This record gives sequence, C-alpha cells and structure tokens, in this order.
Amino acid sequence: MDYKELNLIGSVSPHIRTKIGTGHIMGEVLMAMIPAMAFAVYNFGWRALSVTLVSAVGCCFFEWMYRLFFKKKNTLSDLSAAVTGVLIAFVCPVTVPYWILLIGDFFAIIVVKQLFGGIGKNFLNPALAARAFMTSWAGEMSTWVGPRTDVPLTGTIDAVTYPTPMALLHEGNLDGLMQMYDLPDMLVGFIGGCVGEVSALMLIFGGVYLIGRKIITWFIPVSYIGTVAVLTFLFPRGHDPLTWMLYQLLGGGLMLGAFFMATDYVTSPVSHKGQVIFGIGCGLLTVFIRYFGSYSEGVCYAILVMNLTVWMIDKSISPSRFGVVKAPREKKPKEPKPEKKEKEEVAAK
Amino acid sequence: MAQPFFGGIHPNSRKSATNKKPIEILPPPEQVVIPMSMHIGAPCTPCVAVGDQVTVGQKVGETVAFVSSPIHASVSGKVVAVEPRPHFSGVPVMSVVIANDYNDTVCPDIQPVEKPEELTAEQLVEIVKNAGIVGMGGATFPTHIKISSSLGKVDTVIINASECESYITSDHRYMMEFPEEIIGGASILARAFGVDRVHIGIEDNKLNAAELLQMEIDKTKAPVVIDLMHTRYPQGAEKQLCQAITGRQVPPGALPAAIGCAVFNAVTTAAIYRAVYTGMPLTHRVVTVSGSGTNEPRNLFCPIGAPVKNLLDACGGVNKKTFKIIMGGPMMGHAQYDMEVPIGKGSNGILAFCEDEERTYEDPACIRCGKCMSVCPMKLMPVFMYQFERTGMLADLEKANVMDCIECGACAYICPGRLHLVQTFRTGKQKINNARAKAKAEAEAKAAKAAKEG
Repeated sequence: MDYKELNLIGSVSPHIRTKIGTGHIMGEVLMAMIPAMAFAVYNFGWRALSVTLVSAVGCCFFEWMYRLFFKKKNTLSDLSAAVTGVLIAFVCPVTVPYWILLIGDFFAIIVVKQLFGGIGKNFLNPALAARAFMTSWAGEMSTWVGPRTDVPLTGTIDAVTYPTPMALLHEGNLDGLMQMYDLPDMLVGFIGGCVGEVSALMLIFGGVYLIGRKIITWFIPVSYIGTVAVLTFLFPRGHDPLTWMLYQLLGGGLMLGAFFMATDYVTSPVSHKGQVIFGIGCGLLTVFIRYFGSYSEGVCYAILVMNLTVWMIDKSISPSRFGVVKAPREKKPKEPKPEKKEKEEVAAK
Repeated sequence: MAQPFFGGIHPNSRKSATNKKPIEILPPPEQVVIPMSMHIGAPCTPCVAVGDQVTVGQKVGETVAFVSSPIHASVSGKVVAVEPRPHFSGVPVMSVVIANDYNDTVCPDIQPVEKPEELTAEQLVEIVKNAGIVGMGGATFPTHIKISSSLGKVDTVIINASECESYITSDHRYMMEFPEEIIGGASILARAFGVDRVHIGIEDNKLNAAELLQMEIDKTKAPVVIDLMHTRYPQGAEKQLCQAITGRQVPPGALPAAIGCAVFNAVTTAAIYRAVYTGMPLTHRVVTVSGSGTNEPRNLFCPIGAPVKNLLDACGGVNKKTFKIIMGGPMMGHAQYDMEVPIGKGSNGILAFCEDEERTYEDPACIRCGKCMSVCPMKLMPVFMYQFERTGMLADLEKANVMDCIECGACAYICPGRLHLVQTFRTGKQKINNARAKAKAEAEAKAAKAAKEG
C-alpha cells in the first residue's frame, strides 16, 4: 500500500478527547429544565411556553447577529445562548410583555456576554443581570397571577396583582401565607410567581439530574440552600422556626437560583472549596436582602454580588502541591511556665 | 486493591480490538533502519561501516556518554547505508541501514550469564547496559542508570504493568504469553535491590494476565506480589504508580528514588530477564497496531528498526480516509507523517485514525467548568495556567507549578471547551526554561565581565 497518498496531519498529543463538549453540557442543562417548564405550562397555560420559546429564540438571534456582524465564528451550537434565554424567561412573571423579554435578551447576550468576549468571559450571570436590568419596568415585572391561571398567549393582562409568597413573607405575614397555600402547594408549585420558579419539586428533580449526570457538583446547591435553611431557622422573626424555614426555602427563587443560576460554571469558583464559600456567601446575602432589603426576593442580587467575588475566591484557594506533604506540626517542648514558677516561689516564701 | 492517585480519567480503552489476539511475528522486513537515538540521553555513534556484514545482536551503535545506551542490530545482513534518516521524533537522525539476508544469524559473542543466581548488582548493571535496555513503556530512559542510581536508596521495586493508554495491548499480550520472563526479571531485580518482594502494579482490566502471573509466582515461589489497581489513566505514570502502590508522593522535580521507589516497565523487566538468561540484547519488541483506520488490528513482534509501513502492511494496510497515524498511545504518542520511519525501543503502538476522535473546535473557549482541575493527577490548576500562558504571565505560570506538569493530557482530554491545554503548557515550560537559561547566561556573563575588570 502506498502511504504517500494519505492526507496525514500532524498534531500534538493527546489525540483523543471525551465526547462531552460544551454543547453537550448545555443540552443537559436544558434537559434538566424540562420538568419545571412542563409544570409552568400546567400552572400558567401555554403562555409559559411561548414566553420561554420567545426568550430562547431571542437570545440565539442576538448571539447569531453579533457574531455575524463582527465576523466571528458562529457559536449557537454550544447552546449556551438557548440556556440563557430559557433562564431569563424562568425568572420573569408569566405576564411579561414579549418586548421587555427581548430587551432582556439583548442585554444578557450583547452587553453582559458578547461585549466581554463571549462564552466563558462574562463575569456576571447573563440571565440574572438581565433580570436586574428588566426591573426598570417595575410595573410589568411585578404583575403576578395566581396559580392555575390560563394566561392568554398575547395581549397584556389587566393588573390582577396577586401577592407572591415572598411578598407576604417580606411583610412577615406568615399566617396569611399559610392560609393561602399549604406546604404541599408550596413544594409542588401551586403558587403565584415567576414562570420557572414556582415548582421547587420540579427544580429539585432537575438539579438532582444535573448532579447525577456530573454536570454540576453538589457543593454550591447544598451550601447555598443549607445556609439559607440554617439562618431562617435560627431567626424565624417570631414564627414557628420550622414552618418559617420551609416557606422561606420553597417560596421564592431559591431552588432555581441554587441549582441553575449559582452553579453556572463561568460565574462560580472552579475549586470545590471555593464553591462552598461561594454558596455560603450567596445564602448569607439572600437572607440579608430578604430580611433587611426593600426588595422581597434576594436570590438574584445575592448571586450577582457573589459573581463579583469569584475571581478573589479563586485566587485565594490553591490546592496543595503534589509531593509536598505538610510537615506534621512539631510539638514545641513545653517550657516551664514562668508565672507558675513565680507563684510557686511566692507560695514557698 | 491499591490506593488511588489523584484525579485521572476513564477514556474508552478500545483494547478489545487486539487484547485477545496472540502476538504474531512481523514478516521479515527487506531492510531495517536503526536510528542512533532511541533513548533519552546522548545519541550513539555508529560503529559499523557501509559494506560490513552484521549479525543479530551485534553492536552497531556505541556510546561513551553517561546517560545513553548502546544499540544493536536486529537482523543479520549487510550495512547498506550509515546516514541521517527520517525519525519518529520528526527530525532526521543518524541511522544504520541493514539489508536483511533473512538468515537471522545470531552474533557469536552472545552468551548467557553463567550463574544468574549469583549475579551481583554491579554485574547486572553492566549486563543491562551492554544489552542496550531502556524503559520500554515509552519514556526510554536507560535502565542501567535507573538501577545504578537507585541502588541502596530503594525499599520498593515496582513493575509497571498498568498499560493505561487506550488501544495499546502489547504489554498485556507479552504478559499473557511470556509470564515466566516477567516474573524471572522481577526476581532478578529483587535480588539486585535486596528487597523482600517486588510489586507488580496491574490494572483490573487485565485480570487474565494477572492470573497467569500469579500462577507463575506460585509455581516458582518468586518474591513477587501482584497489586491490582483501578483502570484509570494515567495509572502508568511513574509518580502516580508510586502513589497508588505505596501511598507516597514524589516531591516536585525529584525522581521516584527520592521516596524509595524504583519503577520498571513489565516488558523492560522481561528484556532484563532475556539479557541475563540468554545474553540477547534488546533487538525486538511487541508493537500493537490498532486504531479506527487499521484494517486488521494486530500485536506484532518486530525487529527494532522495522519501518512503520511494514507493520501497517502486515495489518492489511489502512483505510483510505486515514488522516492521522501516531506512534505510541493516543494520549501521549506522536503523530507521524512519513511511513518510512522505523519503530524504536519505546514504540509500543502504531495507531491509525480515520474517525475524528480528537474533536477539536475552531475556536476553543474555556467555560471554567473546573473539570481539568478535578482530573489533574498532579493537583495543578490547568484552567488558570492556560490563562497565564496565553497572556504571557510567565511568573504566575511558574508560581502555578507548571513545571510539575507531567503532560499526561488528562486535562485536554476532559475539556468540554476543547482547549489545547497540555499543548499550551509544553510551550509555557519551554518559555520558562528559555528564560531561566537566559538569566543564567546573563549572570555568568556579568560575573565574567566583573572578573575581567577586577
């Protein structure tokens, strides 16, 4: 056989790589969001799906436009834009006008992500940064409908502002909340709130799936939710600690934040130790904002603030070097304590 | 089960293509090209001239350098050329080309040791040196130096039978078919180092080989124990193997002797056995020919210096779409573009790829997933080292212990953003070495100038 005919390429090792690429990981994240999505459709009607699709398509469109305009390689196939789009929809009320959604998409993809260099270079979570930006339309962004409402696909909804669990908790009105929703409702998600946030149960399913598929580690979700649980249990503001804690855990965006937002690779620390610190920080800030802030929900801002500390956390943690075994602490030979001696001397005298 | 090392990956082993196929003998090549550099250290000087008649096992390359190893003819015949020839390292190397006379006349000087049981360590070093034995797992460090430099410092002798690279089954088949050579070689090493027992570290995907070795141990009552290890790459890396067997970590920049370990590849051990019991130097080795592009994957017993094309021909040629042929394993091997290059003492595999298993992206992007950190067996932080190298922050790169990197490729394998991590670290290490050399030269020049003026 003549081997000169072969078109051989030269490259340096390694010559094999795992199949799991960025697109694969983002695909898994999308898969993990399906249960929450399905429940949102059940709870709020098809509008939940249309909002999510518009947002996802919007994000992909802006990403494609930007890359095309600046003659960069198309990066749609890594699916990260789609994930951002779905997450933006998940943190909006189901009645959000589509145009606000698209402005949010623009902000997330162009300003937060692409202007900093595209995937992997943003220092804020694009979906949460967009959510914070979209708060500019305060009225539209805080119009809530109750559970099991079939919201029409188009048109605006007359403001039937329905109190969300977090708003009631912010007022300290736990009894009112308990009358409205019992704990199973809170867990399964028959409550008012953002599209993807309502069903804690479905989000936990998704989160466990991601941990099981080794897409995320348990460090951030557990340390984050654990911190919130401990703090709310210790400081129940005069209510029954356990009930207060459970309503705090299930009421707002904590599950979505802990499993899907705070675990975003790009904006969380890379080391496991750092991830625990990050999770605890998120938990502390979330509870502080919920207790002392004027805004009833703290997850979004807590994670955004902690995003800014990631570089510092990463820098301060480095694993011990291979082959350098820490010398066991040498026990200093105990010197006879002079004070005692003096005392003894005094006593002797 | 031995203790684990840090990190590691589980690539698809793909050994089933060849791990049940017995070793076959390569049809004798028309001519062999024996390069004068198949080891770490100084190249040899040819000691034969064009027209000389040589025999199998006759020395054709000599050396006086300390870190080097002599080279022997692998076929009998006539020397037809002594000139630089294409080499698997990429640059032409002085080579002795022998036209095969197909007689396989063995060199008359080759004599087995008279009383192998009474061999002293110094005699063993001399035999190993004359037999041209080098590490046959791929690193090709001269074995006699490894023995002589670790004599008296070592309490654990480890035989590396892990063969953690995908596709490669040459060591596995060798252990299956010649267990007595491995165990015999291990016994020789046990006597030389004066240790009670020698550990054979073998991955648990080669249980059948482990059983055969155990039977051999039971039969001969050899001072050898088999340590089963998890199948995980890079189990066969020296430092990781020491960690897995003994739990000790080799300090940065040091050799395993620093923690009382000496590691020998299984086939190297067999070569030591043959050198002692038959007097035969290292002239042949087993090479696995495999990969998606190979038509009939095989394990071939080849004379060293046989051209790669002969091996591929013996395996029914390669797929027309083959775009990459590598020598060595897929994780650490080198891509070849000239099929005239010979196989060397450390070539354990020839792999032809026609399917894209490298899966590169046009523009790799880090998503900071941290997987590279969790797989790094040296506990490094590839994610940051990559940034440091890319932005030219050499001081930070050095501080991140890039010099500890063993270039196993685990980080690049696992990276979902397809960053060229190891490749970047190689460049970074080179840059740091260059900077160090430059600083040293400058300091020397300054000192010389000062001395002159003073």
